[in-house]
Amino acid sequence: MDVIFQAFGLILEPSVLGVMLLAALFGLFVGAIPGLTATMATALLVPFTFFMDPVPAIACIVTTVAMAIFAGDIPGALLRIPGTPASAAYCDEAYALTRKGKAELALGTSLVCAVIGGVMGSIVLALTAPMLAEFAIKFSSYEYFWLACLGLSCAVIVSTGSTLKGVVSLLIGLFISTIGIDITAGHPRFTFGSVEMMGGISFIPAMIGMFAISEVIRFMVSTDTQSKIVQQPIKHVFHGIGSILKQYKRNVFRGGVIGAVVGILPGAGADIAAWIAYAVSKRFSKNKEKFGTGHIEGLVDAGTANNAGLAGAWVPTIVFGIPGDSITAIVIGVLYMKGMNPGPTVFLNQPELIYAVFIAFFIANLALLPLGFLAIRLSRQILRVPRHVLIPIILMFCIVGSFAINNTVFGVSVMLAMGVLAYFMEENGFPVAPTILGIVLGTMLEDNFMSSMIKADGELMGFFSRPIAATLGIIVIVLWLVPICGALYQASIRWRKGVA
Amino acid sequence: MRFNDAIIGAVLVVFAIAEITYTRTFPSLHGQNYGPNLFPTVIGVGLFGCGCILIVRGLLARRVQAPQSADSFGAHWVDLRNIAKSNPARINAALVILIPLFYVLLSDQIGFITISTAAIFILLYRLGSSFFIASLLAIVTTAVLQILFAKVLLVPLPPGWLQGLVY
Repeated sequence: MDVIFQAFGLILEPSVLGVMLLAALFGLFVGAIPGLTATMATALLVPFTFFMDPVPAIACIVTTVAMAIFAGDIPGALLRIPGTPASAAYCDEAYALTRKGKAELALGTSLVCAVIGGVMGSIVLALTAPMLAEFAIKFSSYEYFWLACLGLSCAVIVSTGSTLKGVVSLLIGLFISTIGIDITAGHPRFTFGSVEMMGGISFIPAMIGMFAISEVIRFMVSTDTQSKIVQQPIKHVFHGIGSILKQYKRNVFRGGVIGAVVGILPGAGADIAAWIAYAVSKRFSKNKEKFGTGHIEGLVDAGTANNAGLAGAWVPTIVFGIPGDSITAIVIGVLYMKGMNPGPTVFLNQPELIYAVFIAFFIANLALLPLGFLAIRLSRQILRVPRHVLIPIILMFCIVGSFAINNTVFGVSVMLAMGVLAYFMEENGFPVAPTILGIVLGTMLEDNFMSSMIKADGELMGFFSRPIAATLGIIVIVLWLVPICGALYQASIRWRKGVA
Repeated sequence: MRFNDAIIGAVLVVFAIAEITYTRTFPSLHGQNYGPNLFPTVIGVGLFGCGCILIVRGLLARRVQAPQSADSFGAHWVDLRNIAKSNPARINAALVILIPLFYVLLSDQIGFITISTAAIFILLYRLGSSFFIASLLAIVTTAVLQILFAKVLLVPLPPGWLQGLVY
C-alpha cells in the first residue's frame, strides 16, 4: 500500500501534472493532423524526455499517445482522412455518419469509447503486469531467448501485407542490431573502422528517422492538397451517447478485450486492434448490411479497441522488455535511458515507478474526456493549420532531436539513413514494425542465445531443458511451421489442379 | 518510388553474399561452437533465401503483367510515381535528404542558427508560404529551437560563424 501512496506522490506533483497537460495538448494536435501519427509524436518527444525524470518522462509519453489515438478520429470523421493509422479501420464509417449530418454523434461516440477503452486497457495492464512479473522472475536466458523468438515471430505474423516481406523487414532489423561491438567476443561488427558505429546504431535517432523523416519524405513527394472540412455544427457532442452505450454495451466490452489482447501481442498495436475489432463487430452484428453506410456499431467496437490496445502493449514491454507495438519500442529505449531497465526485477527494485506509470495511464485516459471534448470543439481550427507549414518545422525538430541524444551529427546521419530506408520499405509494401522489433530484440535474442550456449556447453537441447522454456520453444516452432505448411499445402493444391 | 520485387530481391541477394563473406573474417570464440559470426551469418542466409523468392515473384509478376496488388509490385521494373510526374516533387524529395546531409557535413563550420533559418525558409517558401511568412516562421522556429535546446536543455548546438555573438 505504501508503494501505491508513493506512486501517487510521484505523479500528483504539480510539475508532472503540468508536463502531462502540455503532452496532452501536443498529442491532441499531432493526432488530429493527418499524416502526423501517434508514433511520430512519441519519436518527437523522446529528445525532451531525455532531460526529464523517469516518471514525468513516461507520463508524458503515455498522455501524448492516448490523446493522439483519439484525436486521429477527428479528421477521420470530418475529412475522411484518418489522423493516425489506428483510426483507419472505421474512418469511412465515421465519415458516412458525418454525411448523414451526425458528425456530433460520431465524434462523441469515438471520444467516450476511447475513454472507456483506455480505462479498460489500463485495468488489464495494472492487473496482468504484476502477476506476469512474479511468474517471469523465474525465467533464465533459455526462456528469454524463446520469448524474444516469440515476439519476433508475432511481429511478422500480425504485420500487414505479405509474410515474406515481413520476414525481410525483420531480418533487416536484426542485421541493424548486430552492428557495433559484439558483447560476447568484443569484436567490432560492420563498423568499418568508425568509432561511433562501435556503440551500435543509436536507437532514438533511428526511431525518429523511421517514423518522422519517412513521413516528411512522403509528404514532400506527394502532391495532395489539403481537403475541405465538412461544414456542420459540432456542439452537443455528448447528446445521445448514453443510449448508444446502453444499446452496444457488449460491443464496448468486446472491443476493450480485443484491444487489450491484441495490444499485448508483440508488434501488433492500436491500428491492428481496431481492424480486428471492426471485423469482429461486423461478423457478429445483426445489422451486417448497415456496416459502411454510417452505422455506429463498428465505431463503438473499434474506437474502444484502439485505445485499449495502447495500454495492453505496455504489458510485455514492462515485464519482458518485448515491445507490444512500435510506440512501446520507442518507450523501451526511454526506459533504458532512465535506468528503469524493463524486466520483472523492475517490479522488485522500483515498484513505485511502475505503479506511477499505471496511475499515469488512468489519469491520462480520464483526462481525455474533457480535453478530447475541447479538441472536438476546436477541430475546425486545428484542421485549418496548413500541413505545409508544419512539415519544415518538424524536419528541423527531428534534426535537432537526433543531434541532442549524443550531441554528435552521427545521430543525424542515422536518422536520415533510417528515414530513407523506412520510406522505401513502406513504398514497396514492406511493413516497418518488424524492423523496429528486430532492432529492439536483436541484442536480447543474441545475448540470451550466447549465454545459454555457454551455460549448456554448446548443447542446443539446453533450450528444451526447463519446462517453461520447452513449452515456449514448442509454441515458437509450431508458429513457424504453420505458415510454411500452409504455403506447401496451397502449392500442392495448385499443382494438383495444374495436373488435372 | 516502387521497384519490381525482382530488383529488391537481387539487391538483397547481393547484400547477403557480401555480408556473409565479410562475417568470415570474424574471429571465433575460444572453445565455443558459436562466435560473433553466427547471427550475422544466419541473417545473411535468411536474406539470401527471401531475396531469391522475391526475384522469382518479381519475374512472374512481369510475365503475367498482373494488376498491381499490395503484395507484388509488378508490371514495371521501376515505378517512379509522383517523382516522375512532377518536377516540384523531385526537388522536394532532394531537399528533405540534402538538408540533414548538409547539417551533418557543415554544421560545425556554419552553425545551427544559420542552417536552421535557411533550411526552414527554403522549405516553407517552396511549399507555398509567402516570402514574409516564410522568413518570419524560419526566424521564430530557429529562435525557439535555440532557446529550448541550447539554453534550457543545454545541448551544445554548433555555433559556427556566430561564435561569440549568441554564445
